[in-house]
Amino acid sequence: MRQFDLRPIDLRPTWLVFKREFAAYFATPVAAVFLIVFLALAAGLTFFMTGFFDRGQADLSGFFFWHPWLFLVLMPAIAMRLWAEERRSGTIEILMTLPVPAWQIVLGKWLAAWAFAALALVLTMPIWITVNILGSPDNGVIFTSYIGSWLMAGAFLALAAAISALTKSQVLAFIAATAVSFLFVMAGFDLVIAAVRSWAPPVIVDAVRSMSFLGQFQRITEGVLELPSIIFFVSLIAFCLWLNVLAIDVKKAA
Amino acid sequence: MALVEARDLVKRFGSLTAVDGISFAVDRAEVVGFLGPNGAGKSTAMKIISGFLDPTSGRAFIEGYDSQTQPIEARRRLGYLPEGAPAYADMSVSDFLGFIAAMHGLSKRQANDRLAELVERIDLADVWNQRIEQLSKGFKRRVGIAQALVHDPDVLILDEPTDGLDPNQKHEMRELIRSIAPQKAIVISTHILEEVEAVCTRAIIIAKGRMLADATPAELLARPHETELAVTIATADPRKAIEIISTQPGVSKVYVAERVDGVTRLLVHAPQNRPTAAELAGILGRSNIAVSEMFLKRASLEDVFREITNGSRN
Repeated sequence: MRQFDLRPIDLRPTWLVFKREFAAYFATPVAAVFLIVFLALAAGLTFFMTGFFDRGQADLSGFFFWHPWLFLVLMPAIAMRLWAEERRSGTIEILMTLPVPAWQIVLGKWLAAWAFAALALVLTMPIWITVNILGSPDNGVIFTSYIGSWLMAGAFLALAAAISALTKSQVLAFIAATAVSFLFVMAGFDLVIAAVRSWAPPVIVDAVRSMSFLGQFQRITEGVLELPSIIFFVSLIAFCLWLNVLAIDVKKAA
Repeated sequence: MALVEARDLVKRFGSLTAVDGISFAVDRAEVVGFLGPNGAGKSTAMKIISGFLDPTSGRAFIEGYDSQTQPIEARRRLGYLPEGAPAYADMSVSDFLGFIAAMHGLSKRQANDRLAELVERIDLADVWNQRIEQLSKGFKRRVGIAQALVHDPDVLILDEPTDGLDPNQKHEMRELIRSIAPQKAIVISTHILEEVEAVCTRAIIIAKGRMLADATPAELLARPHETELAVTIATADPRKAIEIISTQPGVSKVYVAERVDGVTRLLVHAPQNRPTAAELAGILGRSNIAVSEMFLKRASLEDVFREITNGSRN
């Protein structure tokens, strides 16, 4: 029998888990290494691969273009330890026998990873300043692109966190999360769409196409139809967090 | 109402039945020892009662709250030390215990008061600001105990609380358990038998997931069991003695325990206490075998444990 509690929900446990997890990133040099790798890759790809200076355009599309590909590898790396490490060390038994609903712990952990991703994005902001010095870009589009990038990072993280809850191996969590994320990124590509079209009705084809991180993110960076794409990422995050709670329940009964 | 109750718990992992119909209840002021060989299902049973694992069937209650369907209420009243005393390696002892206290809903002030008391009681002052990964096994175990006691729960479930401690630390841990026992219901698992005699008011023996005994240590010791007579004879050739003894009705087994300097020590198993030591001495005397020493081996909890758990193997 479930009773509905009409008091406002006390989010203190979420906040406590968030604080602990966020601090855990900085307990080892891993955080610093990660941030350096992310910044070096983002800058390197933007300047050398997409010819930031040669294009003669004051915008950051050459920078945001790489985000889905960078996140594909880097977000699973941030999220892989969230649950797998708890399982490996056994601390999950302490965590999951505290008088706190599982969803608050799931939410707190994901928020910590998402905040870390925000930090990584904030550290790229010199490139935004640079483009403003060199010309007069559409700062509104850049701002929404940053928001869109952060939301996409959140979706990658939620997906990887849910997968991390199923294993005690961080390596396995990383590989599985990257593989699943790759499908989401590639969903919009003709290669994938053609393969689906050969057997599925148009509704399914459209559905698969709309699941593409690449397509959704492009719409945000182009400054068109942002809202549906934002809703897409937010609902995918919510769905993956729900899957994460489910994964923990399934493991309990296993 | 019992503070801890297990009703017919069963847990299967695939084709393996780890826990097979365990039922018991623990009242306040009781310390129940879970005893069993490794892999007997002790930890699995504790994980189910704490609500970390769902049972395949059966139910577990903490102060009347179902561990599975009312987990939050049940866990508020439970202190749990998981197998291996896990803790966040990257945190300091104070941060870790502060985190646990806050997760239990203690305010900053309540937590500080409570932790100050625990530091004293569990002797953690020296390592208070050290990272947990730097601690010795003994200190890690103590941090695990502190973690289970932070919210002063009525029910404690401690999976091997003294594992990895040196003899002094073991003694201290037992003193600690004894000192808090009157107010609480405590379940500990162990494979150290002296621990059961030292702290437990009751022992539950588990092997292969089944409960084989549920009794006080004294009752276990009083169980009828095979008597062992140690007979020392002044000869290096015990063949004749063995032949005579083994043909006596009631004797199930005779074997040579040791043979030194022309003296042989035999061990005689007599399930029904027949023949008695006196009868055996008489029989050997009539055959001109000189008995230099004879004593009845007192049953230790270890013997009882071995008998009970080995019996389940057949």
